[in-house]
Order: sequence, then structure tokens, then C-alpha cells
Amino acid sequence: MADRTPIVHSSTVPGGVTQLRSASSQASLVESARKGAIYERSLQRKRGEVSESVMALVICEAVQYLQKQAKGIADLEDRLNRLGYHMGQRVLELITLREGKSAKRETKVLGILQFIHTMVWRTLFGRPADALERSTEDTNQYMIIDNDPLITRFISVPKDMAQLNCAAFAAGIIEAVLDASLFTAKVTAHTMGTPQTPDKTVYLVQFESLR
Amino acid sequence: MSYYLALLSRQDKPIYELKFGSSRQGGDGQPHFDKAMDDLTPFVVHAALDVVDDVQWTTPAMYLKTVDNFYSYMISAFVTAGNIRFMLVHETKNEESIRQFFLDVYDLYVKTLMSPFYRVTDKIQSPAFDTKVRALARKYL
Repeated sequence: MADRTPIVHSSTVPGGVTQLRSASSQASLVESARKGAIYERSLQRKRGEVSESVMALVICEAVQYLQKQAKGIADLEDRLNRLGYHMGQRVLELITLREGKSAKRETKVLGILQFIHTMVWRTLFGRPADALERSTEDTNQYMIIDNDPLITRFISVPKDMAQLNCAAFAAGIIEAVLDASLFTAKVTAHTMGTPQTPDKTVYLVQFESLR
Repeated sequence: MSYYLALLSRQDKPIYELKFGSSRQGGDGQPHFDKAMDDLTPFVVHAALDVVDDVQWTTPAMYLKTVDNFYSYMISAFVTAGNIRFMLVHETKNEESIRQFFLDVYDLYVKTLMSPFYRVTDKIQSPAFDTKVRALARKYL
């Protein structure tokens, strides 16, 4: 069952790869390999964006790599989640540092959720998420909604793997940001397509109950 | 003047420690804690963590100023967004310099974190990081 790979449309990756090997970027790679050079480079943002095709390619490779190791759909999602977790821990500190003088910690649940919905999404995907909602049934449950997640834009999931949502990667990022801020939660990604927005994804944030 | 800096992970484990002395006013940059205090500094810092746990929820600020005292020593704290605690044991009140020092150490810490091979709870072993922190200590304290 696990031998079917979610397809990443090859037409969406036009020549982005050859760009990586240009002379100037190779020189900077050599430079950064020099001992301690990571401490010499600025953390401030230089150029805002990475090309979409390169991002699609990297995600494609990550999904394929993890799928080779995974024992099933749930395991694959779990691995994607852990990969995102790794990234989320870094994103939180980096965004906070870049705020410079106005940098602050979030000490309230709504504050940190707003931070994820706006700042994290804008940094990673170029725009805020589409909605932030609180569950009516369970007060410890929140939903961050993205109508067209960039991560899954070029991924078509085979019919027999219908439960799979590769946005589990983004769920991992959310989970890491919450955990690092000491709001321990479990985050899962669910596809809730509508006719207008077929890729609509709901990130379900389940905080631990205080009881 | 002697200083003790400790970076503590979310599990209260030290990920980096440094004892140093002031380079201002003819200081030689070496720590001069007396024998008893020399051994006590990690305990003093851990005792102050309890205060940090309370104070950090009352303010969104990262620099919490002086949170605790131990005889003539003061303990200042800085909490990052990811709840890594920077603690500094010092003898004189000097909020602005310490704030600048913490902010620059935060910059170095985030650079360390950017390395994909560094895990959040690991000890920071890079000699480059150590050299940079010592340089900051000379600059500000």
C-alpha cells in the first residue's frame, strides 16, 4: 500500500534546480563551511522569498524520503509532523529575534495562536492563514484554517491514501511553536475541501485539559 | 567584579556556562568569586529559576531584570520566546549593559539554533560561540 507516491507535478518545477549551482552560490557555500562562519552571518532578512518551484521540489523529496521509511499513512504523517517540529522550534526564535526592539514573548493562549496565524504564516507562506476559530464543543480546541496551503498545492494524493494530508508538516510547525512557548498541544491536519476551495485544510489544535 | 552566565534549556539543564570577570576599570577579565561562591553559582542560578517561573507569566518582556538576590550577588534573567533561560550572576546593578549583553547573546544563540545539526536541548560546544560570548562580555560588562 505504501508503494504509491503522492505525485508532485513535474511541470511546476521549471529549471529551478540549475540555478542552485551558479558560481556565486558555490562560493558562499565554501565560505559558510569555514569554521564558525555561521556566527558571522546576519540573521536579518535579505530577500523575502524563495522560488515556489524549489520549495515544491524540496517538499516532494522530503515526502518521498519519509514514505520509504514509513510503515503506513499514520506513520508517514507522524514523520512529516516531526520534520515540521524540528523547523517550528527555529522559526519561533527567528521571528521573535527579527522583531528587534518590539520583540516579546507570548504569555496568553490567544496571543500565541494569533502569532502563528499571522506572523508564522506570513514568514513561511507569504500571507496570514485564512481563519482562526475556537471549537464550540470543546473549549480546549482551536482551529487554524488555510484555504489553499502552499505545502500541498502541488501534491495529488492517490485515492487509496485518501486520509493522508501532507500538511501534517505544517501541523508539526504549529505544534513546535506552541510547545516551545509552554502551551503544550497536539496538532493535526485535516482536509475539509469545499467546492470553492478543494484543498482547504484545518489544523486542529488540541490543548491539554487542565483537569 | 565577577560574573557567571548560564543558558538553561526548557528542562533546566545548562546548555552553556561561563564564568568571567569585568574588563572595565582595570579588571583583568578573570572571575574572582571567593571559594565558597565559586561552587555555589549553579545552585544560586537554579534557585532563581523558581522566581523566573513566576515572573515570566506576568510580563511579555524577555529581559526580566534582577529576579533574585543571594547575599551581595544579584541574579538577572532573560527568557527567549522558546523558553531558554539566560541567567547572569553579578555584583553591581547595571541594567542597560546587561540588557544589551543578553540581546547580543540571544542573537548568537539563534544563530546556533539555525544549524540543522544542533538540537534544542544540546550543549553548545562550538568554540566560535564561546569566543563570541567572551568578546561580548568584554564589550558590555
